[in-house]
Amino acid sequence: MRIAWDEYPAAASFDELIAPGGSPRPGASALLEFLSALGPQELVTRQKAAEVAIRSMGITFTVYHEEGGSIDRAWPLDIIPRVIALDEWRRIEAGLRQRARALNMFIDDIYHAQRIVHDGIFPRAYLADSVNFRLQCVGIDPPQGIWAHICGSDLVRGADGTMYVLEDNLRVPSGVSYMLENRQVVKRVFPEVFEAAGILPVDDYPSQLYDMLRALAPAQLEHPEVVLLTPGIYNSAYFEHAYLAQQMGCELVEGGDLAVGDDDVVQMRTIDGWRRVDVIYRRIDDLFLDPEVFRSDSSLGVPGLMRAWRAGKVALANAPGAGVADDKLVYTFVPAMIRYYLDQEAILPNVPSYLCCEPQHCEYVLANLDTLVVKPTNESGGYGMLMGPQASELERTQFAQLVRQNPRNYIAQPVISLSTTPTLVDGGIEPRHLDLRPFILSGRQVQVTTGGLTRVAMRKGSLVVNSSQGGGSKDTWIVDTSVDHALARS
Amino acid sequence: MLSRVADNLYWMARYLERTENLARLVDVSASLMLDLPQRLRPGWQPLVSITRNEEIYGEHARDYSEKSVVSFVVSAAKNPGSMLTSIARAREIARSVRDILPREVWEQINELYLYVAEHAAEAAAKRTRYAFLGHVTASTQTLTGMFEGIFSEGDALSFVTIGRNIERADMTSRIVDVRAAAMMAAVNAEELRPFETVLWMSVLRSLSGYQMYRLKTRARVYGPGVVRFLLAEENFPRACVCCLRRVEEVLHRLPNSQALLRRVARMRRAIAHTQFEALEQSDLHGFIDRLQLSLARTNDELARIYFVGHSAPVSTITAISA
Repeated sequence: MRIAWDEYPAAASFDELIAPGGSPRPGASALLEFLSALGPQELVTRQKAAEVAIRSMGITFTVYHEEGGSIDRAWPLDIIPRVIALDEWRRIEAGLRQRARALNMFIDDIYHAQRIVHDGIFPRAYLADSVNFRLQCVGIDPPQGIWAHICGSDLVRGADGTMYVLEDNLRVPSGVSYMLENRQVVKRVFPEVFEAAGILPVDDYPSQLYDMLRALAPAQLEHPEVVLLTPGIYNSAYFEHAYLAQQMGCELVEGGDLAVGDDDVVQMRTIDGWRRVDVIYRRIDDLFLDPEVFRSDSSLGVPGLMRAWRAGKVALANAPGAGVADDKLVYTFVPAMIRYYLDQEAILPNVPSYLCCEPQHCEYVLANLDTLVVKPTNESGGYGMLMGPQASELERTQFAQLVRQNPRNYIAQPVISLSTTPTLVDGGIEPRHLDLRPFILSGRQVQVTTGGLTRVAMRKGSLVVNSSQGGGSKDTWIVDTSVDHALARS
Repeated sequence: MLSRVADNLYWMARYLERTENLARLVDVSASLMLDLPQRLRPGWQPLVSITRNEEIYGEHARDYSEKSVVSFVVSAAKNPGSMLTSIARAREIARSVRDILPREVWEQINELYLYVAEHAAEAAAKRTRYAFLGHVTASTQTLTGMFEGIFSEGDALSFVTIGRNIERADMTSRIVDVRAAAMMAAVNAEELRPFETVLWMSVLRSLSGYQMYRLKTRARVYGPGVVRFLLAEENFPRACVCCLRRVEEVLHRLPNSQALLRRVARMRRAIAHTQFEALEQSDLHGFIDRLQLSLARTNDELARIYFVGHSAPVSTITAISA
């Protein structure tokens, strides 16, 4: 039985694969034809094959339970890929590069002359209240002037087809390993289509990451020691830490493996004695990095690490303090930053935002809570938000109280009706909402992953894509449309 | 190699080996009960003695019934030496060194843990016990095969090998000690005499050593012969001397191992030169005590040279010798 795409339920949202009327979007025709010929039953069979592959490849993420300890769950993947045409992707890629450049310049400026503050573009008061601004980082010159070496920006598409940046994750963004593994799995279950459809390969991210990290080594060493610092097996991203360490061929270390001597050199404890460490890809938040400087109760970090970093004896990626730009209030200034530092207009727009710390905005927000999403400025993972339209009257009243108590802590945005894509649900195909997280590496040059991690809300109508809250994922195809068209014609 | 990783690999191997040994112990104790007349059965208490958890057992149950003892040894979460605790610890540690373990090894450990957690109750019932224990033993043997077959030689494998053999030597010596004591000290020793062969055969079987014993000695099964075989047989993989030889072999490849090598060689010579036929039971007990103390010191020495500064899981051996 063939799949009839014209019966695919059209929603008010933009669909990534199917235009109104059932015709394919650019780049999607070969895929839709392939899926259609496969039929729904075969699709279910292949979905099962993918789940078996995920189990046997051991692709998991960790959920922590009070009673059961940490539990490894199989990574959720929906096998129907999400497609972006190459020419659109080129524009997105350029937008992300531009953004990463401006953000790094902003961070470097904030920890030095603060020109952007003196020139009246970024208000001093916002900086003073920023929880991720680190006084300890003022005046430091990290290698190449780069602070956020690894950035994961979340993109969403609105009903009119516009691709917006929703947030920039500059602290310890995760998900890239799943992007790579999703491709491995989908190649296994859909080998036929990869031969023809003009799908760009996902780049060799671990090599790029390793080369970028290596180039940060303080001395010009031929074989600098690069390590990945993990909080350990209870962290929800532990799979990714182990995966990247393995792929890069570097040591996966915990805080207890490292020590800093009086000479400010970082060493790791091996069976053959102490060995010098030159570059640390740290997947631990700032506040847990060094109990001498930040939280003294942290057992995850390394006493003296900040001392070593400030002395230039070790490179940290991302640099401590980079999170100052990972703040939803700062986010609202990114288009202005791009104008200020690069003298360019932003290629990718922000979602329009209201700052609750601005009295006029705040008044508007409080009066329109039923149509807005209100977000805390320094949370991640989708926690602590108010989804106005879905909330009860009581929840809205309580949230209004929170906003009044601490307006600096909130911004509000109109609800973006996230775009949808065909997704396998109970043996049928239905539209589900999704977003996209590409990863941007900033070193001597700026590199963007080909596509990114597509996350999809598996519940009907839901806009929550986080895997910790029941979200799934998809392989992301960047398709060269010249090849795709030729294929569709033949 | 990172000290923490070496430490973890060592303990992972010990916990896996412990899981297998516990399965063997329960299996052979059960079959021994079936072989002896009821009034002569040693009961289930020796199982608790071998795992050296009498104190915790007191909180677990009042009597030494089959059901209480087996569930204590196999599935009790409160027993730090139970099979379930051991495999759970092995799995937790394996997760932390996942980046260097072959994927198949991690999956096998994970599946064994899930199996034990789900089926542990089957060990308590006579009818299902055999299949359950057989599966556990086969799974751990598969793991041993994987380490042999798909894991590159090097520091990582060295620490796995040391962990497995130290644990194995420790458990073999405990089994010999407890069973020999039970046999000699029995009040109705005279009555037990006709069944002595059966008892020693069960000891050999618990270590899969019966056939190898026959092939090696070509003699009937008798106490001092079995003790000699299990402690001093160069070529039987579960005999203490053989375990120590394997530890020595890999120690040669590790840095800073001279002092350890000397200690292990001393232990090996002491066992090889003992005349087991001439030992009284009390002498044997003293001998095994010293052997275990020396194993515990080896464990501490390993920690001092290679793992120091990292919190290691509680060592049962160290806890006892302290």
